[in-house]
Amino acid sequence: MKLSVLQQSYLNRRSNSFRSSGPLDSSSDSAIKSPAAIFWLVLHGLCCLISLVLGFRFSRLVFFFLFSTSSTNFYTSPFRSTAELAKTLDVRSVLSTNPVSNIELPLLNKTAMNSRVVVGRHGIRIRPWPHPNPIEVMKAHRIIERVQKEQRFQFGVKDPRRVIVVTPTYVRTFQALHLTGVMHSLMLVPYDLVWIVVEAGGVSNETASLIAKSGVKTIHVGFNQRMPNSWDERSKLESKMRLRALRIVREKKLDGIVMFADDSNMHSMELFDEIQNVKWFGAVSVGILVNAANTDETADQKKDEEENARMPVQGPACNASNMLAGWHTFNTLPFAGKSAVYIDDRATVLPRKLEWSGFVLNSRLLWKDGGDKPEWIRDIDMLDGDIDSPLGLVKDPSVVEPLGSCGRQVLLWWLRVEARADSKFPPRWIIDPPLEITIPSKRTPWPDAPPEFPANEKPVIGIQEPIVKHTTKTRTSRSKHRSKRKHETRTDTQVSTRHSEQN
Amino acid sequence: MEIWRWAFIGILFLAAFVVKIEAFKLGRSQPTERISGSAGDVLEDDPVGRLKVFVYELPSKYNKKILQKDPRCLNHMFAAEIYMHRFLLSSPVRTLNPEEADWFYTPIYTTCDLTPNGLPLPFKSPRMMRSAIQLISSNWPYWNRTEGADHFFLVPHDFGACFHYQEEKAIERGILPLLQRATLVQTFGQRNHVCLKEGSITIPPYAPPQKMQTHLIPAKTPRSIFVYFRGLFYDVGNDPEGGYYARGARAAVWENFKDNPLFDISTEHPTTYYEDMQRAVFCLCPLGWAPWSPRLVEAVIFGCIPVIIADDIVLPFADAIPWEEIGVFVNEKDVPNLDTILTSIPPEVILRKQRLLANPSMKQAMLFPQPAQPGDAFHQVLNGLARKLPHDKSAYLKHGERVLNWTAGPIGDLKPW
Repeated sequence: MKLSVLQQSYLNRRSNSFRSSGPLDSSSDSAIKSPAAIFWLVLHGLCCLISLVLGFRFSRLVFFFLFSTSSTNFYTSPFRSTAELAKTLDVRSVLSTNPVSNIELPLLNKTAMNSRVVVGRHGIRIRPWPHPNPIEVMKAHRIIERVQKEQRFQFGVKDPRRVIVVTPTYVRTFQALHLTGVMHSLMLVPYDLVWIVVEAGGVSNETASLIAKSGVKTIHVGFNQRMPNSWDERSKLESKMRLRALRIVREKKLDGIVMFADDSNMHSMELFDEIQNVKWFGAVSVGILVNAANTDETADQKKDEEENARMPVQGPACNASNMLAGWHTFNTLPFAGKSAVYIDDRATVLPRKLEWSGFVLNSRLLWKDGGDKPEWIRDIDMLDGDIDSPLGLVKDPSVVEPLGSCGRQVLLWWLRVEARADSKFPPRWIIDPPLEITIPSKRTPWPDAPPEFPANEKPVIGIQEPIVKHTTKTRTSRSKHRSKRKHETRTDTQVSTRHSEQN
Repeated sequence: MEIWRWAFIGILFLAAFVVKIEAFKLGRSQPTERISGSAGDVLEDDPVGRLKVFVYELPSKYNKKILQKDPRCLNHMFAAEIYMHRFLLSSPVRTLNPEEADWFYTPIYTTCDLTPNGLPLPFKSPRMMRSAIQLISSNWPYWNRTEGADHFFLVPHDFGACFHYQEEKAIERGILPLLQRATLVQTFGQRNHVCLKEGSITIPPYAPPQKMQTHLIPAKTPRSIFVYFRGLFYDVGNDPEGGYYARGARAAVWENFKDNPLFDISTEHPTTYYEDMQRAVFCLCPLGWAPWSPRLVEAVIFGCIPVIIADDIVLPFADAIPWEEIGVFVNEKDVPNLDTILTSIPPEVILRKQRLLANPSMKQAMLFPQPAQPGDAFHQVLNGLARKLPHDKSAYLKHGERVLNWTAGPIGDLKPW
């Protein structure tokens, strides 16, 4: 590496000079030492001796002050170590008395006069508060943003189209977790965005309050059916909800690229750049994150491990000439019979044959009037029954454009994780009213401080008041408290002395 | 008539306004911008036909044998002298008839005496140069005709033709007296310095072009590092207390900004050094023991704005490349305020600098590719030489006139090589 050469070069250069080139060096320099050089050498030795005696560095600065003839520029800013500017003078005075050729002397005087660069030791300038200044940091971030915007303008997508994101959701414990993830991904997308959120069970305040924080344009629509408890039914309902969203796109004549972002999926930012390349109907590769449930037999486990070593991918498959040749789908055979049926089953959740999230379409395909729509697209209103995946909308699946370098890049990941059916969570994840009972924890990392209660003769009620609120529950809790403390006194004798008296 | 006049003026204003808007839009959408320095728009000039160079035939002990002894000379940052020789041998500007030549080139590799660590030792270089000049002055009449005023030499070592790596000793020695009238092509450049001769051509240090090409990343990778630097701050071996190395400037950078998240600076040697430079907005190019550094070349190739911290430095091809518009110059005494200086540059100026850096002729001018390509550093050197033509009348000496002092210099230099 060049750097190492540089570093080592200067490291060893000097040591080399001291080691081997000493005689060479002096031979190339003037052999006869001028009296001034000898004088300075003697002075240097004298200073060293004085320093030895005194115990600190005796600076030749003194002599510089005494004998200074030419004007030098001083560094008045704060120094880290005392600057030995005398060294500078050394060089110059030696040079001026050395019998060098005449040509060099006038040049040398020029060096002393015009140049502000001085050879020799310099101080290391440190400002009074050598730490980052938050205002400067913010300015720098704005500069970086501007530079990146320019980069995107030059090398990124030309004429980006608006992205229409369709998300089916419903209120459940993990909704906040999943929806916040999708929301933050969408907030980072540098293009125009419209987010259509279809909610099973009707519009609710929960969802509305979550998506209100996004700052992107949202269309929140309710679907008048509750989400069923089995995975099969759920995906069927989700397909219906997505079709509902596509009808909204048609009604409002939204122009852009429609993509399906399920609320528990993970999207990379490159996905949004890649889908801008779609012309009519595209497909991307989806990584399937399947949580293999723990099985009892070790043999099965080993097989599972082998299966899971390569993450299964659903998406377009291309032949050698980068044309669509088929589809990669998820192999459900290893999980046959062992997959989750109900939403809170602990077994593996399997994806559909082809997930909706792996497809993107141009919103003009959904518009009512003909225009320049290709004829291989089916009209949404003419569909009989429901479709399992967007491929049901096309009559000829070979027109699908494979995106992400022909399906080689995995741009998003599919995952289904849900909590137990009976899990409860506070509405909007706000604890209101505040919790009533506060019990001090038994095991604290710091040693039990002696309680700041006054004398032991005071009645128990008065002491325990500050800990426990005045509610009807207090009595029962206190009794529990007391009994718990009784247990404690048996085990911990040190603490028990005061506690037992309280009890 | 009044109405017509006002209408005419109004239309003129409107037209000018529209044209300005168009020009502004055009300027904004262009990814690069033309570069024109103080000598004009000369980066893409073709030197062929504007000058003729005669290459002296020196015995191989001056060039080939030295290279054979140590082939590492082809890869270090002083390799320009070797590649220039090879370029000139097969270039169309070469002439085999010395009578019609404008410039004379002496192929001598003075920076190829390497230590086991790869460091050039300059102690024999003055004697080598002297012996070469004695050879050409005795075998050809052209040296004595001008005493070297129409000859050029490549001396890419640390302090040029002062032939020493330590600045104090180099200043002491000064430029070799025999080269007093010749044109020097060197990497060193510092204003008002003994070792920078008037009329020298400053070239960039050699950086391997293929190596840098293999580390290119896609241009749309967003630049997310604000300031980038990898290298030493203190030279522990030679200057443990600091203050000598880099005139204390590198140490000041470290002490002031080591905990600043905007400054990605360290002494590590990452394998992704080139890739990181392409993800940075500013790259620091502070001085070391000498003011020049290959970091400038790397920064230009990778589109990172160079922040040059070296007082009075003369940058390569300074008359062809307007460095003030491309890089940021910071005085050594202003290093503690580096963050304020860099963040106070308006974004339009930064974008303009990036556009100038994106200009392919700029990148090409900093490289020494093999085989030579139009617009590269070899051609810029020839352009520089061509701009110095025609030679001044004082270059040609009258019969019997002698200016050079052949016995000047330290006695050690006078020993034959």
